[in-house]
Amino acid sequence: MNVTVLLAWRNLWRHPRRTWLTLGAMVFSNVLLVFMISLQFGMYRLMIENTLLTFTGHLQVQAEGYNDNKKMRQIVPDIQALSTRLREKLTLNTVSPRAMAFVLASSKDRTYGIQVLGVDPEHEPLVSSIPGLVEDGRYLQASDTAEVFIGRVLARNLRINVGDELTLLGSGRDGSLAAAVVVVAGIFESGVTDLDRSIAEIPLTFFQDTFFMRGAGHQIVITTPDLSLVNKTVAAVDSILPKDEGLVTLDWNVLQPGLKQAIQADISSAFFMYGVLVVLVAFSVLNTQLMSVLERTHEFGIVMALGISPGHLGRLVMLETAMMGTIGLFAGAFLGGLVTLWFSYNGFSYPGMEDMAANFNLPSRFYPQVTVLAMFLGPLVVFLFTVLSALYPALRLNWLHPVAAMRAA
Amino acid sequence: MRLLRIVATLAWRNLWRNRRRTLIMVAAVSVGVWAMIFMNALMRGMVDDMVRSGIESLPGHVQVHRLGFRDDPSINNLLPLNDAELAAKLDAAGLVAWSSRINVPAVITSERESRGVTLYGIDPERERKITFVPNSIVAGRFLEGVSDKGIVIGRRLLDALETDLGKRVVVMSQDPDNEIADRGFRIVGVFEAKLESYEETMVFAGKSTVQRMLHVADRVTEVAIMSDDYRFVEQTVQTVRDKLGADVEVLPWTELNTYLASMLTVMDGFALVWTIVIFLALSFGLVNTLVMAVFERVREIGLMLALGMRPFGILAQVVIESLLLLLMGLALGTLLAWLSILPLQSGIDVSAVADGMEMFGSSSVLYPKLTMADVVLANVVVLGLGFIASLSPAWRASRYQPIEAITKV
Repeated sequence: MNVTVLLAWRNLWRHPRRTWLTLGAMVFSNVLLVFMISLQFGMYRLMIENTLLTFTGHLQVQAEGYNDNKKMRQIVPDIQALSTRLREKLTLNTVSPRAMAFVLASSKDRTYGIQVLGVDPEHEPLVSSIPGLVEDGRYLQASDTAEVFIGRVLARNLRINVGDELTLLGSGRDGSLAAAVVVVAGIFESGVTDLDRSIAEIPLTFFQDTFFMRGAGHQIVITTPDLSLVNKTVAAVDSILPKDEGLVTLDWNVLQPGLKQAIQADISSAFFMYGVLVVLVAFSVLNTQLMSVLERTHEFGIVMALGISPGHLGRLVMLETAMMGTIGLFAGAFLGGLVTLWFSYNGFSYPGMEDMAANFNLPSRFYPQVTVLAMFLGPLVVFLFTVLSALYPALRLNWLHPVAAMRAA
Repeated sequence: MRLLRIVATLAWRNLWRNRRRTLIMVAAVSVGVWAMIFMNALMRGMVDDMVRSGIESLPGHVQVHRLGFRDDPSINNLLPLNDAELAAKLDAAGLVAWSSRINVPAVITSERESRGVTLYGIDPERERKITFVPNSIVAGRFLEGVSDKGIVIGRRLLDALETDLGKRVVVMSQDPDNEIADRGFRIVGVFEAKLESYEETMVFAGKSTVQRMLHVADRVTEVAIMSDDYRFVEQTVQTVRDKLGADVEVLPWTELNTYLASMLTVMDGFALVWTIVIFLALSFGLVNTLVMAVFERVREIGLMLALGMRPFGILAQVVIESLLLLLMGLALGTLLAWLSILPLQSGIDVSAVADGMEMFGSSSVLYPKLTMADVVLANVVVLGLGFIASLSPAWRASRYQPIEAITKV
C-alpha cells in the first residue's frame, strides 16, 4: 500500500475517540438528511399525483384566458371532435372533454350554488379519480341524458338521494336563462369536503343542450402515464391544435400554480435547515483536523527537516479527512437508508399531521421510498464540506517553519 | 464555595489555552443557536399570520350556530334566538366585541357571469371590530348601517363577473320555504384580502336588507365573538355558553378550523425537534473538544489529584469549562439572531411563491416573530443538554489514578 495512504489511515486512529466522535456528527447529520430528503421527495410526488389525478389532470386544452376567468363564453369549439382527434394522434386514451357552469341547484327543500360539469362518461374515469369513488348508485353511462353524479356532502345538504330529482338553474353560453331537471344517478365521497360539497357531473351532450353550448366545451383534460412526460405531451398537443381558434395547452404548473410553489417554499425552508446541519458538521471537522495538525507540529517539523515538502504534508491531512469523510458518507447513507427502509414498511406520521396532510391531498400516514438519489444527495454534500473545511488546517502547513516547529512542545 | 471559585477560574483560563479551538467551538455554537432562534422565529411568524388571517376569515375567535348549521349552512338552520334576545344576553356578558350575521350560500350574477359565493348579511358597525374587510376596501366604501342597499365584494370576484363599482348584480339564494329569494344590489365597495380565495367567495351586504330578502324577519344564522387574545378563548366560550344555553353550538376557532389549530401544535413540536436536532449536531463537537482538552492535560490533572484536589473538583472544572463555552456561544448566537431578525421586522417578501403559500394558508409576506419562549427554549436546551453531554468526559477526567496520570507521556 502507498505509504501516504497507510500513514493517513494510522494517523486517523491515533485518537480513536476523537475520530469516532467526528464521524458521529457526520453520520448523525447524514442519517437525518437521507431520511428527510426521502420523505420530502416522496411527499412531493404524492402531493402532485393526488392533487392532479383527482380532477385537474396533467395538462389541459382551454381557450386562452379561461384559466384565469372561467367564463362561460371562453370555449373550446367542437370539443368532442377535438378530443377524439387528440386521442388518435397522441395514441393516448386518457383525454376527456369537459364543460363547466355555476348554477343554483334546488331539491325539494334546499337550494345551493354549485359547479356543474359536463363530462364524457366514457373517458372521464380515465383522467379523474372522482368517478371511481362511487358510494351510492353508479357513475354516469354513455346512454345517460338527464342524469347527475354528485358529492356526498352536497347530497346531504340538499337532502336528496339516488333517484331523486334536482333542478339546475343558471345562464347559458349566450347569457340567457338555462334550466334543467336531472335525476341523481350516483353519489361519490372523496373525503375532500370542498369537492364533496360543490361538484355535480352531468353528461357533456346534455350539458351542451341545456346551456346552449352548440357543441363547445371548456377544457380537455389529459393525463400522461408519467409526470416526466408532461412537457413532451404539451408540445405534441400544441402541434395538433387548430391554429386560429385561440386555444392554449396548459400544464399543471399553470393550472395549479400553488402546488409547485408550495413545494418550492417547502424546499427552500428545508434547504436552510439542511445547510445549517452541514455547516455544523463542517465546524466539527475543522476543529478536529486543526487539533490533529497542531498536536503534530513537532513531528511535522522533523519530517520537514528530513525533506518532506509542506504540500506533501497538506495532502496527507486532506487524505485523512477524505478517509474520514468517506466512512461517514457510506455509514450515513447506509444507516439512513435502513431508517428510511424501516419507515417505508411501517409508515411515518407526526402528531397533528392529519389536518395538514389533508390540506395537501396526502394520507396521514406516509411511506417514504428508498432511492439512490435521496440516499446519497445529502451525504455527498456533507462529504464535500468536510473536505473543504480541512483546507485551512492543511494549508496552514505551508507557513510552518521546520526549526520553530521542532522546538514546539 | 471557595473551591468553586478556584475551579471556575481554572476552567476559564483553560478555555483560553487553546484559543483557536475554543473560538471554533464558540462559533459553531453561535451558528447553531442563531439557526435555532432564527428558524423558529420565521416559522412562528408564518403560523401566527396564518392563524390571524384564518380567524379573520371565519371570522371571530368564537362562533355560535344552531346545532347542525356547520354541516348544512342553510337558511333553515337559523339560530333559535332573534336579534333582540341575542343583544339582551350578550351585551351584558362583558365581551370584547360581538356581532350577529346571516351567512348563506348564494349565487351572484352580473350581466355576463355568475359565481357561487357566501353571502354575509352584517351589521357594519359591530363588524368593524371583528373582520378585516372594513380596513381593506380599495375602491368605494364599506357598508353604512344594517339597511344599506349596497353590496361589497372582493377584487377577484369583481374581475370574474366582469362588472364594476356602481354596477348592479343579482344575488340568489333560498328562503326558509325553499322559494328562490333574489335581489338586485349595487356594488358600493371592493375589498382586497391577503388570501385570494377570500376575494372570490365572500360578499357582504346589510343585515336587515338580507333578512328582508330571505324573509327571515330579525333572525340570524351566526354570532361571531372576539376575545382579548386568540390563544386564550376558553373563558369566552364558557361565558357565552352560560348565557345562551344548550340548544346552540358555541365553538372556539380551534374547533371551527382544525387545520389552523393543528398548525399551532405542529409548530410547537417543530420548534422543539429542530432545537434538539441542532443541539445533537453540536454535541458531537462539544464532547470532542472536552475530550481533547482533558486528554492534553492528563498529567496536570494527575498532579492536581496528587496534591489533594478532590475528583469532584476535576469534574466541576470540566463541566464549568463546557458551560462557559456554551454560554459564550449562546450569548453570541442570541445576539446574532436578534440582529438578523431586526431588519426583517417589516416583512420578507415571498410573493414569488404566493400561490404556494396560499396553499399553506399563509400570505406572501412573512413577518418573523421573535418570542421569548423560543429564545428561552434554545438557551435551556443548549445549557441543559450541554451539561448532560459534558458529564461523561468530566467523569472520566475525575477518575484518573494520580500515579498513572502523572507518568503518562
